[in-house]
Amino acid sequence: MSSPEWKNPVIKWVDSRLPVFSMMHHSTAGYPTPRNLNYLWNFGSLALTCLIVMVLTGFFLAMNYTPHVDLAFDSVERIMRDVNYGWLLRYLHMNGASMFFIVVYIHIFRGFYYGSYKGPREILWILGVVIMLLMMGTAFMGYVLPWGQMSLWGATVITNLFSAFPIVGDFIVTLLWGGFSVDNPTLNRFYAIHYLLPFVLFAVVGLHLWALHTSKSSNPLGIEAKLPEDSIPFHPYYTIKDLFGMGVFFIFFLYFVFWAPNFFGEPDNYIPANPMVTPAHIVPEWYFLPYYAILRAITFDIFIIPAKLGGVIAMFASILVWVALPWLDGSKVRSAKFRPIFKWFFWVLLADFIFLGYLGKMPAEQPYVIMSQLATAYYFAHFFVILPLLGKLEKTAQLPESISSAVLKKSEDA
Amino acid sequence: MADTATNVENKTEGGESRRDFLLLATSAVGVAGTAAAIWPFVDSMNPSADVLALSTTEADISQIELGQSVTFVWRGKPIFVRHRTAAEIEQAVKDDSAALVDVQKDADRVQKSEWLILLGVCTHLGCVPLGQKPGDPRGEFGGWFCPCHGSHYDTSGRIRKGPAPLNLAVPPYTFLDDTNVKIG
Repeated sequence: MSSPEWKNPVIKWVDSRLPVFSMMHHSTAGYPTPRNLNYLWNFGSLALTCLIVMVLTGFFLAMNYTPHVDLAFDSVERIMRDVNYGWLLRYLHMNGASMFFIVVYIHIFRGFYYGSYKGPREILWILGVVIMLLMMGTAFMGYVLPWGQMSLWGATVITNLFSAFPIVGDFIVTLLWGGFSVDNPTLNRFYAIHYLLPFVLFAVVGLHLWALHTSKSSNPLGIEAKLPEDSIPFHPYYTIKDLFGMGVFFIFFLYFVFWAPNFFGEPDNYIPANPMVTPAHIVPEWYFLPYYAILRAITFDIFIIPAKLGGVIAMFASILVWVALPWLDGSKVRSAKFRPIFKWFFWVLLADFIFLGYLGKMPAEQPYVIMSQLATAYYFAHFFVILPLLGKLEKTAQLPESISSAVLKKSEDA
Repeated sequence: MADTATNVENKTEGGESRRDFLLLATSAVGVAGTAAAIWPFVDSMNPSADVLALSTTEADISQIELGQSVTFVWRGKPIFVRHRTAAEIEQAVKDDSAALVDVQKDADRVQKSEWLILLGVCTHLGCVPLGQKPGDPRGEFGGWFCPCHGSHYDTSGRIRKGPAPLNLAVPPYTFLDDTNVKIG
């Protein structure tokens, strides 16, 4: 799409030297977007909204937080009681983390359903996986900062994961701790990293958007926009739709902030950290539960791999397998709309993932252990067995000729 | 196109003005909502409850000898309490009629004339003037001297020479009894 002719002499002068106005035009009014996007396509902009809310509230919280083992817990309580609107900032930040993961999980599963990861969007998808990993690191370290019991023991358990690696394991753990247990140096460096990672996130989100604007949005039909009438400009059609979605999202978000601020939290984290006593029932935040279940499911040695290392590998693999997804799913058809068998397996995978989350919350005893093992086996089977087989065997439905023909036909039928 | 036809039709029925109204109303709500959302962020940078709780200081002045000055801390800033001699009081009252930069009578700056209580912050750029300790320079007018940019204050804490525009401020205070003062 060609650059617009700028009439305002100041804009013209600036734009010919630094084309910010042309860039803004290209990503808004001049950005062609499929005309058939449904509300699941709102979740990208919602994720960015979450990131901005987190950075803003985090910045103001940082002005009042003290990263020291003796002062951290009290400084958070001071934020809650003494700082003007400190309770609001903290509850926005706390619940904002959960909202961010809700939005991103929907965004990811949207991608699973509609095959958004397929060519030419592989790099766009992989950047998304990188964003997810960065988010997980940021969220984990943020959870350590209030220095409650769950902060300390969550940090202890998660950092100890790295001790599973042979030879370098103990070295890595000591390096993470800056000592011989999770203590003040650990809290200090986690705070520094927690503040750094969002900037890295912004950078990777920038790349994610760059890749998006290169290959353009996918759409529920999973066929590329070819004809001019297949697309509509992003602005005003999708800016207004995204804004509307944002309004609905904030109603949901603020419900928790104002009426159930501790819904997603663990009560144990309101007990100050005590390195001598581990809480009886230690669980991660809800958004980590599926991976936690996979970690705990490996209770047996796999050939020469001991169970401890096997669990850690399985946990990391459960996310890293998404990177290979564009090549594991060999089907030429993107959208589940035209894949009658895959569609069902998608829902089974979603159910399996939620079930894993439930199991992650349950104690590590029977029957939950065997259930976790079965659910974990199914999870990996979906990616390594079912998807490759479906790509070869599934008989897909007839794809429409174009987005506009499918959309206009539907409106004629109605 | 169908869109164009609708637009024309709306225009004749006043549809354009209805659309304009919706746009303006939505924008207004958006601006008001954004402003309301910004306020908690800004306000969080204002003094918090625990800081405000420290906004008064009680000073015991019973141990301050005649002619001696003592510094107390109020809201993180120095408070000068000087037990003035008769000569200092006399000089201060006499200078009521001198050429003052910031005209104020000595009587308006004290509650009890032997006790001069001031905020020890130079009104130029916020340094703490010298003159509290016995060996300190007290400037040309026997009060305080700010070493940063050379402001001279007299025995009533009034600016007499140098770049400072105003007299040393008098904080709000009350005598709880003869020897205890509540500042703030």
